[in-house]
Amino acid sequence: MSDTHAQTVPFVRETMLPPAQPPTNEAGAVSWLRQNLFSGPLNIALTILGLLTIYYLLQEIVPWLMRSVWEADNIAQCRQIVAERWGAGATGACWAVIRERWPQFLYGFYPQHLYWRPTLALALLFVALAPVLFSALPRRLMWFSLAYPFVAFWLLWGGSVFLPIMVAAGFVIGWAAYALLHRFGTIAAVAGAVLIPILWWLFLAGDLSRDLAGLLGRSAPLWLEPVRSDKFGGFVLAITIGVSGIALSLPLGIMLALGRRSDMFLIKALSVSFIEFIRGVPLITLLFTASLLLNYFLPPGTTFDIILRVIIMVTLFAAAYIAEVIRGGLAALPRGQYEAADALGLDYWRAQRLIILPQALKISIPGIVSTFIGLFKDTTLVVFVGLLDPLKGITDAVRASTDWKGIYWEPYIFVGLIFFAFNFAMSRYSMYLERRLKTDHR
Amino acid sequence: MANVADAPKDTFRLSMLLYDTRYRSLTIQVFVFFLFMAGAAWLVDNTMRNLEALGKDFNFGFLWNRAGYDISQRLVEYTNDSTHGRAMLVGLLNTLLVALLGCIAATVIGVIVGVLRLSKNWLVGRLMTVYVEIFRNVPLLLWILLIYAVFTEATPAPNAFRPNPETGLADRSMFLDAIAVTNRYTAVPNSVFSRELGWLDLGLFYINIDVLAVLAAAVLGWWLNRMVKARATRIQNETGVRPATWWSSVLLLLGLPVAVLLALGFHLEFPELRGFNFVGGLNVSNSFMALWLALSLYTGAFIAEIVRAGILAISRGQSEAAFALGLRPGRTMSLVILPQALRVIIPPLISQYLNLTKNSSLAIAVGYLDLRGTLGGITLNQTGRELECVLLMMLIYLAISLVISAVMNVYNAAVKLKER
Repeated sequence: MSDTHAQTVPFVRETMLPPAQPPTNEAGAVSWLRQNLFSGPLNIALTILGLLTIYYLLQEIVPWLMRSVWEADNIAQCRQIVAERWGAGATGACWAVIRERWPQFLYGFYPQHLYWRPTLALALLFVALAPVLFSALPRRLMWFSLAYPFVAFWLLWGGSVFLPIMVAAGFVIGWAAYALLHRFGTIAAVAGAVLIPILWWLFLAGDLSRDLAGLLGRSAPLWLEPVRSDKFGGFVLAITIGVSGIALSLPLGIMLALGRRSDMFLIKALSVSFIEFIRGVPLITLLFTASLLLNYFLPPGTTFDIILRVIIMVTLFAAAYIAEVIRGGLAALPRGQYEAADALGLDYWRAQRLIILPQALKISIPGIVSTFIGLFKDTTLVVFVGLLDPLKGITDAVRASTDWKGIYWEPYIFVGLIFFAFNFAMSRYSMYLERRLKTDHR
Repeated sequence: MANVADAPKDTFRLSMLLYDTRYRSLTIQVFVFFLFMAGAAWLVDNTMRNLEALGKDFNFGFLWNRAGYDISQRLVEYTNDSTHGRAMLVGLLNTLLVALLGCIAATVIGVIVGVLRLSKNWLVGRLMTVYVEIFRNVPLLLWILLIYAVFTEATPAPNAFRPNPETGLADRSMFLDAIAVTNRYTAVPNSVFSRELGWLDLGLFYINIDVLAVLAAAVLGWWLNRMVKARATRIQNETGVRPATWWSSVLLLLGLPVAVLLALGFHLEFPELRGFNFVGGLNVSNSFMALWLALSLYTGAFIAEIVRAGILAISRGQSEAAFALGLRPGRTMSLVILPQALRVIIPPLISQYLNLTKNSSLAIAVGYLDLRGTLGGITLNQTGRELECVLLMMLIYLAISLVISAVMNVYNAAVKLKER
């Protein structure tokens, strides 16, 4: 009988007990410490070792940073101020060098009254990048992104506005030729779209821009004071080379990756040998080729800008690495994707554009971004072909003055922090992109 | 019954070269071939015309001329009377030396950091993350210059190690009485054999026979150990009981080389301050130390990420399955986890080794004379033969890279998942 039991129980609680606090050593900071820092003998040893390392590093760095001097004219004065304030023998950071020389670190020897031009170019770079990086923005902004390279070129190097306009016109002409010739077949259209702009650039664009510049004179809105390439330096140079290299190497890398997986023997052989050659030699030797050997390889009497040469070499270098990263992405796609594209009757380029590449590129994002980071870091190597990179070129130039002879740590830390900020931002963006493009629900 | 007409005869029309996919690839390849040949011919023609205009020729005869410059760190005999070719060899060996030592140190750092980053210890995990992020996001050149500056600016002169005659105490004392870091060089103990067996002439350079003997003993021990293990496996297959081999392994792998070392009278010679300099040990130049440390720390950060990814790539089910089969943790690691993790780790690891070797060409920033500094630096400037020097340098770097890649491909083929 079920009710007998109920009568034998003298008391039945009808309300829930309020939840009790967990024991003190199982909650809050104490339990966190126990679980994360002191969970066993090995962990205790590691924690102590870690604390010692941090202590050792901080006791070297913190006092030095605390004794910073921001206002001084030269390093001797800096040391004198440190000695006066904190006693003889004390060492302190001398940030006065950054305060006095920061324009050099950022702009190199770019003329001082023209600093607004690279600054504006950098600001516009962010505007141009925004629609590329964030898909929520209106697509119409893309037109500005397409025009940006020509705007930036004009702002940085100056001269007549017609030169970049005429170069840009070549692309418009190519597009127009493609649209007009399309009715005569794809091959005619492609040939026209490639050949006509090349003829335009080789024979017409230069003269036309010179004539227009001569005709309209050097009036202010159409003409900017030209700046020679050897005036470039510091982060203006690093960012110019880095951004151009990044923008140009991605399409080239994609083409190389497709070439390496092509069925055509010759295309494959050429792609493989190009990729393996570039990946097999250090970037320095390629930069050497750009600065020393290009004079041999080009027709006698050709001169061509050193920054442009370096950009080409850095682009080729990064493109070979990107090609390998994308090849990994292509190989990771299941065969079914290729077969499905064939079954739908898509031709090669449509299949690549609509089905294969979107998936392959998504897989390769981390690798591509780390190649970009590598490229940006490698822009410091241009110092070995005589350009003033921010890291060695400019710091050496600063140390060459009698005022700042013997200053090492502060310039390196300053330049290192800026590089870190750029690269860290890039790697965080790649993580964001991976999350956004993630379509599987694991 | 309707007559079935024969299939239309496959006549070849010229337009099929463009519109028939069977022939189009051929057309494209022929087109590309001509384009490529025209480009190559254009380059060669330009080069020949430019060389002619400069009054230069293209030959490598300068490699047999007297070099006339000194190289402070050399692994083989070299004086400034030696040839440019010899200087190139010295530079190449210097490149290989810093690359080899760098790879070893970077692997040690990378494995330790990679494992520690995964540890449950919050503090150590964060510390390692900070290390990896800082080193990966800042140019290598900065690390080389910074570490070089630490060595040349923040370390004492050799004199500081001299005891004060009154108190008997020195400003600085040597680390473990063996290593002294000074602003000119780092003095480390030197290894010597008291029983010299002489030198073996290999044409290009000499090799110490004592070193060869030790190497031979190590290889012999390794080979004998394999035989012993194979025998143990055979016995296990026949009887089901595996004889203990650990003691013979220890004897063969460690005992044999150590015995040879002892027999040859191997000992360390410690550096000692005499006059203004350390003598007796090996004085390693600061440029080498800075380059080596910077390369190891920088590449170590990348290797740490590779190791971490490799360990994370093995799903938990694998170790659970191994435990379910009754394998002990040690054997789980060596038989189940490591073989799978290594398959993920080794290919990117080797490409990091390649990167390190190529990055060692940054030695020029601190004046360490590697291949880039000798052949691509002083020799190039002295002889003015840019074309030959840079091409030869590229060829050598390419050869090193291709050899390493070939090794990697062999390894990849060996450990590849054997599928259908």
